[in-house]
Amino acid sequence: MTTTGMPVGEAVPAPVVDEIMGRESRAERRRQRRLEEDAPVGYKKSKWSQILVLVALGAIAFYSIAPVWWLIVSATKSGSDLYNSNGLWFSEFTLWDNLVQLATYKDGIFFRWLGNSIFYAGTTAIVTTFISIAAGYGLSKFVFRGQRLGMAIVIGSFLVPGALLTVPLYVLFANLGILNTPWAVLLPGFISAFNVYLAKVYVDGAVPDELLEASRLDGAGELRIFFSIVMRLMVTGGATIFLLSFVGSWNGFFLPLTMLRGQDQWTVSLGLYSWLQTRADQTVDLTSLTITGALLSTIPLVIFMVSMSRYWRTGVTLGAVK
Amino acid sequence: MSTETLTAPTTGRAAEPARPARRPRRQPSWRRLQALKGAAFTLPFFAGFALVTIIPLLIALVQSVFQERRTGLGLGKGEIVFAGFDNYLQGLTSEVFWMGMLRVGLFGAVVIPLGLVVSLSMALLLDAVTGKKAKFFRVGFLVPYMVPGIVATLIWIYLYSPKVGPLTPFFEQFGLDLNFFAPGSVWPSMGNIMVWGGIGFNMLLMYGSLRAIPGEIFDAARVDGASEWRIAWAIKVPHLRGIIVLTTMLSIIGSLQIFNEPQLFRSVSPQTVSADWVPVQMIYNQAFVANDPYYAAALSVILAVVVGIASAIFYKFTNRPVS
Repeated sequence: MTTTGMPVGEAVPAPVVDEIMGRESRAERRRQRRLEEDAPVGYKKSKWSQILVLVALGAIAFYSIAPVWWLIVSATKSGSDLYNSNGLWFSEFTLWDNLVQLATYKDGIFFRWLGNSIFYAGTTAIVTTFISIAAGYGLSKFVFRGQRLGMAIVIGSFLVPGALLTVPLYVLFANLGILNTPWAVLLPGFISAFNVYLAKVYVDGAVPDELLEASRLDGAGELRIFFSIVMRLMVTGGATIFLLSFVGSWNGFFLPLTMLRGQDQWTVSLGLYSWLQTRADQTVDLTSLTITGALLSTIPLVIFMVSMSRYWRTGVTLGAVK
Repeated sequence: MSTETLTAPTTGRAAEPARPARRPRRQPSWRRLQALKGAAFTLPFFAGFALVTIIPLLIALVQSVFQERRTGLGLGKGEIVFAGFDNYLQGLTSEVFWMGMLRVGLFGAVVIPLGLVVSLSMALLLDAVTGKKAKFFRVGFLVPYMVPGIVATLIWIYLYSPKVGPLTPFFEQFGLDLNFFAPGSVWPSMGNIMVWGGIGFNMLLMYGSLRAIPGEIFDAARVDGASEWRIAWAIKVPHLRGIIVLTTMLSIIGSLQIFNEPQLFRSVSPQTVSADWVPVQMIYNQAFVANDPYYAAALSVILAVVVGIASAIFYKFTNRPVS
């Protein structure tokens, strides 16, 4: 658990997710037009401050992108060039050889790890999205005894650091006999108080009471209402929860490190870590393997984020209430 | 505890069957049924919550007051005896543990504000440009967020490395001989990784919140003759207060449980980063290397209390973040 990737309690506003892929919302376009056309008389942005802003943006962008650029360039180099050439520019292009090495090293164990990571992250994200939306819906739209306590538990457990539960979880799972199985990594990922809080906030905003009442009057059962109405209205919120859980699971390190002892079950992160530790290998230069592997393990996450962007539409519920 | 989790789902299922024929008049019984159905929706989560949060908490509390007394060489199973608060005393007086605590405390005090200032400036700067430029920088700023946590640490470890990385030769041109893994510089090296990995996402949250401010406010300010800098300070920053408070709170909790960075640095430079360098590393080592889960449990409880106190203090100094 680091501070990275931890979303914040004020639920991620849906427009934010639009921002990720740089799609401009209508409101933003309006805002720009207003700035260009309707600026008050005599109002000018000073040229110097514009230049200053651009320079600062450029510097931060360089800081953000350069390390990844280095990774991309280094993944195309042979072991010897890694040590003897300029780190920010290409030398002899051996990306293909590096990939072949990666695929053949220990019978292609790296790709097994990659598959494991995709499986863990995908399963965790799907299940936690369903569980969280159901719980968020229950807490948001129903009145029952213990509801306030439930909400207090959800908000209170943001403050319980996950890392502190890992060792007792290990003891529990050892007693249940599920250590070293995927369950040991999946189960804790299914349950996320933060996702439930997020789901509740989204349900509050996206599911109108009138719609629920109308469907009840039409004689729809609660389960049917949930699956055919609530789930549909929650596409945006659900996609956000799904994305955050997927990234969180993909980034997980402490939990799998504790629970998984067998190499075959490992995630990419664990595998790369083990290569970093055994830097000296007689047959292969592990440094170049690790760098190529690190680049490859980033690609699924990027593909995933880009492909998910289709579902992040806002205003799904507009017009649902007539 | 376990019986509750076993029987709970069945009561939930009993309430599940939807009744097709509903009486038009609202009766208390219908209300009670609705309440049950609503509760049933939350059951999977709370049942799971009991299993992966509450039971482990209880296990930690119980384990922390026991010890394994080994005889002879410490091989084989010792007997488990009730130890009262011995583990806690050992932890509270452990210099190594509190050194680790001090390290992450000081570390957080520097890195959290720094990361906050950087991501806040990113959001404000991004909000000041429009069109294609904004699009380019927006994607560029998110690059670190798309890099998995361990990979981010790996990249920087290689960048720092005197053999492979470009940084050491770069600084040598200016006559600076930097060793990023030396005892004095290992903290800034790690802090930089934490900042680099965290700014993208925090920037995104702040930027999204800025986008939600109605444009009329800015128009009014401009008509009144406010400069863009003034607008940023007097309108935008106050608007982000809630998000800033929450980001900080979660960063505090996160930084007290740093593990990844020190653990990876340890593989590269074991002479600088000891096995018990930060609290979570020490807990991990006690549990899995020294085979003493009882002491590890006590340390976990102490760390949890410290995290709780730190959050409470921060909470007291700011408004209630979660409304």
